[in-house]
Amino acid sequence: MSELIWNIILLILSAGLIFAFIRLVRGPYLPDRVIALDLISILALGFIVVYAVRFNQPSFLDVAIILAVISFLGTVAFAYYLERRW
Amino acid sequence: MLREVVVVGLILGGAIFMALAGLGMLRMPDLFLRMSSSAKAGTLGAGLILLGAAIHFDNFSIYTRALAIIIFLMLTAPVAAHMIGRAAYFDGVPLWEGTVQDDLRGHYRASTHALETTTIPQNDRPITDIEADPETSDFDR
Repeated sequence: MSELIWNIILLILSAGLIFAFIRLVRGPYLPDRVIALDLISILALGFIVVYAVRFNQPSFLDVAIILAVISFLGTVAFAYYLERRW
Repeated sequence: MLREVVVVGLILGGAIFMALAGLGMLRMPDLFLRMSSSAKAGTLGAGLILLGAAIHFDNFSIYTRALAIIIFLMLTAPVAAHMIGRAAYFDGVPLWEGTVQDDLRGHYRASTHALETTTIPQNDRPITDIEADPETSDFDR
């Protein structure tokens, strides 16, 4: 029962990841791809936290902190680049 | 037992919200609506999952860490969304055709990157660099 519910949670998160990835591929403009990447990194953060709970490894949460910081910096760098592109 | 139910409920709710953020990212009609779905539903989903993890471990240092991540996400998600939205609007990403109001139309002087209260003529174009000419550049627009 417990295994089943964890698999369902990971399946739901994977569905979100697939939707965001389709938007990353289709696109039509560069900012669309940037926000799709941002959502993918937030979804990866969710995956890491779910794995930390499922395998009872609290040290995985440190990875989540780093991922949150890196994804914010990446998005800000992309925004700066988009605005200065002209 | 009760704690397990609460943890699984919070994490399941967070996962559903994050999947809905992905669905909004796929189905919404233009960049700004997509950004609203990803910034709000994604942050709420991540916050719920982190809260479930904190309750699962039930340890002071884990509570602090999870709270730090939640506060950091809630501080940075609007900032990042605002910066991307601003850059995309000034870059000329079109709005959805059902948009009823665009308060910035005609008030942004593209050649100086400034907002003005007077209406600016439509032929004001950005000053292009030689290496970033929009006609010949192979950037994905």
